[in-house]
Amino acid sequence: MSRLSEISVWQALEEIKDPEIPVLSIVELGVVRSVRIDGDQAFIDITPTFSACPAYQVMVSSVEAKLRDLGARHVDVRTVLSPPWTTDWLSDEAREKLRRFGLAVPLRHQGKLEEAIESGAAACPYCGSSNTRQTNTFGCTPCRAIAYCSDCRQPFEQLKPV
Amino acid sequence: MTLDDSLKRAMAARLLEMADDELILAHRDSEWTGHAPILEEDIAFANIAQDEMGHALIWYDIRRSLTGEDTDRLVFFREPSEFRNAQMVELPKGDWAFSMVRQWMFDTWETIHLEALEQSRFTPVAEAARKIRKEETYHLRHTRAWTRRLGLGTEESNGRMQAALDLLWPYRGQLFSFPADYLLLVDQSLMPDLGRLAALWDQRVQGELANANLRMPDPATLSGARGQHSEHFPALIDELQQVARLEAEARW
Repeated sequence: MSRLSEISVWQALEEIKDPEIPVLSIVELGVVRSVRIDGDQAFIDITPTFSACPAYQVMVSSVEAKLRDLGARHVDVRTVLSPPWTTDWLSDEAREKLRRFGLAVPLRHQGKLEEAIESGAAACPYCGSSNTRQTNTFGCTPCRAIAYCSDCRQPFEQLKPV
Repeated sequence: MTLDDSLKRAMAARLLEMADDELILAHRDSEWTGHAPILEEDIAFANIAQDEMGHALIWYDIRRSLTGEDTDRLVFFREPSEFRNAQMVELPKGDWAFSMVRQWMFDTWETIHLEALEQSRFTPVAEAARKIRKEETYHLRHTRAWTRRLGLGTEESNGRMQAALDLLWPYRGQLFSFPADYLLLVDQSLMPDLGRLAALWDQRVQGELANANLRMPDPATLSGARGQHSEHFPALIDELQQVARLEAEARW
């Protein structure tokens, strides 16, 4: 007998990590947009961080597999693009996890993207200094940029504000 | 809004042009991976290529929702003559200046285009445009900065930029061209008036050329509609498709 419920599904999705940022679940990352259960059918809306995120298909397959494990007979994972994912959605707790992982997170920009990019690098995830500079607005994945801390003299990665 | 059959056909034709532009440019950009002049630019161009590939996928997906066509088949099993990209994006990557000028011309266009697409009454297009424009913000900032840096740099960098610009300039017209029944979409506010956007593009590009100490080239434009390709195109498609065509029924 199926025991699917929205609560059990959200809890199960918390167990799926972002393959490239394994300290965050896809729920904490903010990409799971909605969960709807109808009997033994599950309808999940998820959104990519960046259009070409290579981890995205892995997330979609993980969600499908997880829902089947939970007993869903029919799983419909739908990609939605609106509202577009933003770094603003990361909670304070998620930001702290990312910082400990060595990945800085930009301040919330409330949609003022140009200003956020203009304001330069995030605070250093190692020493907390704001004496940092952006060395490349592109990084090892579409969602990351490369920065340098002039105080502790460490290069570091940060999420690009979007 | 839902589209009737004639609007669907027109929308599908235009989405194919948009997707093909992004796909082919992404392919050319990706040729810099491992070969860019400095490591940071290697990373940046690889990222830009990847982003453009993502945007292509979004437009192909919206097209698929209208026509049911499989995206992999469209990309890997069409003949070169069936691609609808503008010739500008298929030209060989050239030197660094050439790829930079091309990417900057395209990013300037894409930004203007996306701003207009956000107003489309066809929701999937408007939503996609809002998503893509965030990513494009990074592209245009990057290529505009490099266009200035190289334009204002040494005699050699300025000369190479000017040569690239002169070579690319006649190709700009095809970027603003559209399929036969496109105006149906404009009438319904589903797609923007590209003539108006082209004028805006001219204005922005001219302003930026002055900032970069580059001269406006001769205004001549290449004749010929989309669907006509340069002699370089078959080799590009051959490379793009050869793995998929080795084992057409493979699942991956």
